[in-house]
Amino acid sequence: MLSHIWFGMIIISVICGFCTGRAEELSAAAAGGADKAVQVLISMAGVMCLWTGIMKIADKSGLTAVTARLLSPVLSRLMPEYKKDSPAMKAVSANVTANIFGLGNAATPLGIAAMKEMQKTNRLGSAPNNSMVMFVVINTASVQLIPTTIAALRQAAGSLQPYAVVPYVWAASLLALLSGLGIAGVLSLKKEKLSAG
Amino acid sequence: MYYRLKKRSCLRGEVTESVGIYAVPAVIAFVVVFGAIKKVDLFETFKDGAKEGVTGLLSIAPSLIGLIVAVTMLQASGFFDVVTVVLGPVCGFIGVPPEVLPLGLMRPVSGSGSFALLSSLLDKYGADSYIGRVASVMAGSTETTFYAIAVYYGSVGIKKTRHTIPAALTADMLGMVFSALCCKML
Repeated sequence: MLSHIWFGMIIISVICGFCTGRAEELSAAAAGGADKAVQVLISMAGVMCLWTGIMKIADKSGLTAVTARLLSPVLSRLMPEYKKDSPAMKAVSANVTANIFGLGNAATPLGIAAMKEMQKTNRLGSAPNNSMVMFVVINTASVQLIPTTIAALRQAAGSLQPYAVVPYVWAASLLALLSGLGIAGVLSLKKEKLSAG
Repeated sequence: MYYRLKKRSCLRGEVTESVGIYAVPAVIAFVVVFGAIKKVDLFETFKDGAKEGVTGLLSIAPSLIGLIVAVTMLQASGFFDVVTVVLGPVCGFIGVPPEVLPLGLMRPVSGSGSFALLSSLLDKYGADSYIGRVASVMAGSTETTFYAIAVYYGSVGIKKTRHTIPAALTADMLGMVFSALCCKML
């Protein structure tokens, strides 16, 4: 997928640049872009490491475990096929908590573990049940407490207030998450009725 | 009247932004205090975590370099100017600045691609400008939808996705509109 996008971007830029007579700018951009990328990566490093360090403390101190316990009643309501203290729900809440705390490296394996647990009792076999759809929709939305990569990129771009957007991100992602859950809920009702009829 | 409205919305913006500014030290303090109560070796743990930050950054470095080059070339070619002019009316209709539309299209498909686009937008318009803020909120308020769907369903061999993609993509699209709206209203 990314191969196609990358190929497309380069070809379009070359065609577009030749048509508008900007070949010179284009060749400067190829070199300048690579240079800029390394600068961005270096300026991001500080903010990124600060947060992976802080969130490691949250994980080790058990703060993430406490959060997961608090979340599991809410999550099990969204995923009624699984009981509150089933292994599947435990993995689900651990995954959502890891996402909230920005523990990206931990979140994906936990999510895969959750899917495997859920699949064990999935009557639909090769299609996901409604709870599994809910779970994946939650994972396609952002539920991060501190959007660290965004803050790091803003810092790298010389923002005076890299974190000033945090409340806006909370508001927008919460609204997007709720609408995703709502749409998934409505669509799942419709599908079930159809298959029952 | 207009002046008063404007002043009030500026004030509101300041209040919202100071929430963000206070949230960061509050989160750090809370985590550190909680860790101290639970008798975690704070600095050792921090160092372990920070090391993971370095490896994480190194692992995205090659793709970010490749994609920032492509985005910089696209920008130099004038492609984004064409897109902005062509899509301006559509974007105006849904209240999203046209400059951020390429980012909105990239976000569900590729994480590093959208970070490359965000970085170029922040550079061009300024991180604290309206466009810079909308772009930041947009990139931060949703995830790489297709990647998550592929990884999670792929891990258990599920081929049909039922209503996952309609629900997730509609949420992404609404997220775009909400991002612009939040930056305007709050």
